[in-house]
Amino acid sequence: MLTLKVAGLATFLSLFLGVAAAYALTKWRFPGRDLLDAVFTLPMVMPPTVLGYYLLVLIGRRSLLGGWLQETLGITLMFTWWGAVLASTVVALPLVFKSARAALESVAREYENAARTLGQGELAVFLRVSLPLALPGVLAGGMLAFARAMGEFGATLMVAGNLPGRTQTLSLAVYSAVQAGNDLLANSLVLVISLLCIVILWATSRLLQPKYTNR
Amino acid sequence: MPRVVPSLIALSLLLVFPALSSAGELIVSAAASLTDAFSDIEPAFEEANPDVDVIMNFASSGSLYHQIEQGAPADVYASANPRWMDRAVANGFADTAAVRIFARNALVLAVPAGNPAGVAGMEDLTDNRVAMIGIGTPQTVPAGQYAKSALTAAGLYETLRGKYIFGESVRQVLDYLARGEVDCGFVYRTDAVNAGDSVHILAEIPLENPVTYPIAVLFGTTKPAAERFVDFVTSERGTELLEARGFKRP
Repeated sequence: MLTLKVAGLATFLSLFLGVAAAYALTKWRFPGRDLLDAVFTLPMVMPPTVLGYYLLVLIGRRSLLGGWLQETLGITLMFTWWGAVLASTVVALPLVFKSARAALESVAREYENAARTLGQGELAVFLRVSLPLALPGVLAGGMLAFARAMGEFGATLMVAGNLPGRTQTLSLAVYSAVQAGNDLLANSLVLVISLLCIVILWATSRLLQPKYTNR
Repeated sequence: MPRVVPSLIALSLLLVFPALSSAGELIVSAAASLTDAFSDIEPAFEEANPDVDVIMNFASSGSLYHQIEQGAPADVYASANPRWMDRAVANGFADTAAVRIFARNALVLAVPAGNPAGVAGMEDLTDNRVAMIGIGTPQTVPAGQYAKSALTAAGLYETLRGKYIFGESVRQVLDYLARGEVDCGFVYRTDAVNAGDSVHILAEIPLENPVTYPIAVLFGTTKPAAERFVDFVTSERGTELLEARGFKRP
């Protein structure tokens, strides 16, 4: 249940951030655009341990950001399930960003311009034209992000730790079960995760099927 | 163009197969707390045995045992407590006669530099100032197992349940201590000593069973060098290198 909570929140956050970033990069052309694109995609290809280390340095109790959060807001991310959410969001973000960007790029500009001539503001154009047209792609990205967030392991282990009942998500529980030689538990957990992932992938492919075929 | 394909396949095979150990390679699976000492022993041994290339594999003793159980290639196993070595012997991965105790260590309660939570000793662990206690996962990390028995003996283990931050190896606990992510933690004396100024030792924890390190050549090995490595570790030279890193003689 903790796993679903963490993965759900991470998906929500990465959808919000990913779509916003994708829209900004689709709409405006500015120097460094490709660099930003690379930065948003980076967590997809970076080793989880490297990400974990970055996060450790970023939000640790003695780091600038982590120290500031603790001093001023009294928030600690280390060893809490929020730390797990952060780690999962970082790895899930590229999936949303990539699919949202592809989907938004493929929205025909004529529709957006037509809406503008009808006196719609930029936000309205985005919410009522671009986003609905790109929605299947964005949702598919969200589904994949959810699956990826659910399976997040490396960075989570370093930042949130492996605390039973507090930060131990399904994938960490599998690791612990295997380490302790508890094969029965490991098998059942693996089965649950595999089934969930299969369902998600099936739903994603259904989402991406074109509604109207022209042939 | 098609003539390129076989050479590409050959190349990819070459890239994949070094993973399988070759004749002169010796894979040593050693407990995480031995990282520094065995990193010193490795070049010293290789200097005396130029034909051997030692490959070190460091992790928690429990993880290493499970790797061996699952058929991972390893020639020598050094664990941080007799429990995992006993299991290796019981399940036919090593011979009782081949097991040798080569070093001793002590469990300590340590704090990050500056002692931010103001811990003075075991009696302070129940205090509200102490929110996070680093400890190895008792099921797989010997240091965690030792700490758990000491805390249980003091009647504290269950009381402190909400404060534990479990590390996957004693080195992870040490890292959390060095970074000040936990208020205090249980590590080996050697770990705390090697961490230098970033970690401060508060107290040595008295234990029923002393911390002893067994080493053994594994049954599956075909390497004559495995015996030589164990001999080297238990020799006077090996013992000196271990002592230089804070270990005690067996």
